[in-house]
Amino acid sequence: MGGSRKRRGSLPGFPFTMGVTLAMLALVVVIPVSALFLKAVSMAPGAFRDTVTSPRVLASYGLSLRTALTAAAIDAVFGLVVAWVLVRYPFPGRRLVDALVDLPLALPTAVAGIVLTTLYAPSGWLGRPMAAAGVTVAFAPLGIILALVFVGLPFVVRTLQPVLEGLDPEAEEAAASLGAGRWQTFTRVIFPAILPAWLTGLALALARGLGEYGSVVFIAGNMPMKTEIAPLLIMAKLEQYDTVGATAVASVLLILSLALLLTINGLQRWTASRGAAV
Amino acid sequence: MAFALLFLVVVIAIPVAVVFIEALRHGTAAYWAAVSESESLSALRLTALVTVSAVAVNLLFGLAAGWAIAKFAFPFKNVLLTVIDIPLAVSPVVSGLIFVLVFGRQGWLGPWLSDHGLKVIFAAPGIILATVFVTFPMIVREVVPVLEAAGTDEEEAAMLLGASGWQIFWKVTLPNAKWGVLYGVILCGARAMGEFGAVSVVSGHVRGQTNTLPLHVEILYNEYHFQAAFAVASILTLLALATIVAKKAVEWRAERRLLAGCRETAS
Repeated sequence: MGGSRKRRGSLPGFPFTMGVTLAMLALVVVIPVSALFLKAVSMAPGAFRDTVTSPRVLASYGLSLRTALTAAAIDAVFGLVVAWVLVRYPFPGRRLVDALVDLPLALPTAVAGIVLTTLYAPSGWLGRPMAAAGVTVAFAPLGIILALVFVGLPFVVRTLQPVLEGLDPEAEEAAASLGAGRWQTFTRVIFPAILPAWLTGLALALARGLGEYGSVVFIAGNMPMKTEIAPLLIMAKLEQYDTVGATAVASVLLILSLALLLTINGLQRWTASRGAAV
Repeated sequence: MAFALLFLVVVIAIPVAVVFIEALRHGTAAYWAAVSESESLSALRLTALVTVSAVAVNLLFGLAAGWAIAKFAFPFKNVLLTVIDIPLAVSPVVSGLIFVLVFGRQGWLGPWLSDHGLKVIFAAPGIILATVFVTFPMIVREVVPVLEAAGTDEEEAAMLLGASGWQIFWKVTLPNAKWGVLYGVILCGARAMGEFGAVSVVSGHVRGQTNTLPLHVEILYNEYHFQAAFAVASILTLLALATIVAKKAVEWRAERRLLAGCRETAS
């Protein structure tokens, strides 16, 4: 981390900038997030437990976890393939394709939502052939998964690309000269080297998928117990002015998100310690 | 390899095409009518206001926190960085809810705000706050690595030559960090423009007043005005494409600078 000496007090401005930092952090992040927890714990324990374990809420947690995990897994596989192709195959138009990978991140979730719904609705371009094959996408968990795959893909690709680019070709050449086949080289030499970054990308996609709202709300149909993921349920409760219920559901989701955040930070430190980060 | 490209094309390029095809479905006249309608224009104005405000606030935070974190050693730095990252992991809907809990009518500050005739939730300030939260770490995360990589030597030299804190910051630190800052601003702005879930919770959806462009898209779509919804969505899509172009441009400039610097030190 730079080899220079960093004695506190040698450069000016620490108290001022730290003060501004902490003040803004408190006002924007710490206090509002605490409000959620404080409101949740101020509920009568029985009421909290009843809300959080009611069938509709439990169904929403289960659906959120299932769809987010499935989408993150799909993203992990396809993201690896895409990152691999982008790093190892200099094809014409590669820069354009590389830029396109950013689109799901740059595109507002509402736009992604209406586009995906239009595409996969039974009357849509991709929805019609799929309906003919008996596959329902819109207003079914598959639609949710597709939306989450869309928004999560850049996380895997962008986390893997720098690591793939930084791989030492000598290790692969050594393996080849010792008689390893391409698959063996991949599983024994390359994959272990990219594993931390791959897991980081997966965790980032998962975190995004658990909380995603805009791209899912249109295609899901928000049917309780069937296509109502947790963020949709929270929104439904808010629309019925059930702030307390929404807070209860949200607090569980928040704890899950924070646990994921700690995991991601740990994974990022693991990735960096492998010397993969420049 | 062809498989990967096919996947990308289906997953990414087709959605972009769909936006414009649906937007122009009834011809360009209908497109312009939808885009220049007064509610669309107020949504555009509100989105612009929110984006500029959120970027300004987060730029201030990004520079202050970047300086404190990158140029000084102190305990609990990791804890600080993790807390700063919290908005990235939180669902947008929850991000909006927390501000309703603080500033809403039954929130902590609710009674005080209504006594003074101030509205935060269901008004622009609430939308700005929620957007600031959601994009909070974005500029800092780009600034800190750049500042850390630059080290403290140049700043210490400037200090020894008698520069004041502000002079050091403006003349030494910022020029070194400008690509990171610019990159962070682009990311932050793009996310701020498109934020939907958090803004949905705090906005109250009052047409012509508290609707941003994404909310306006939702309203039009839910009322089955599909062509109009896609027309407004196309504005956001064009902005997203511009964001991608700007991002790539900054990346390539920074790459070229880095390569040029390596060539200099090598020769």
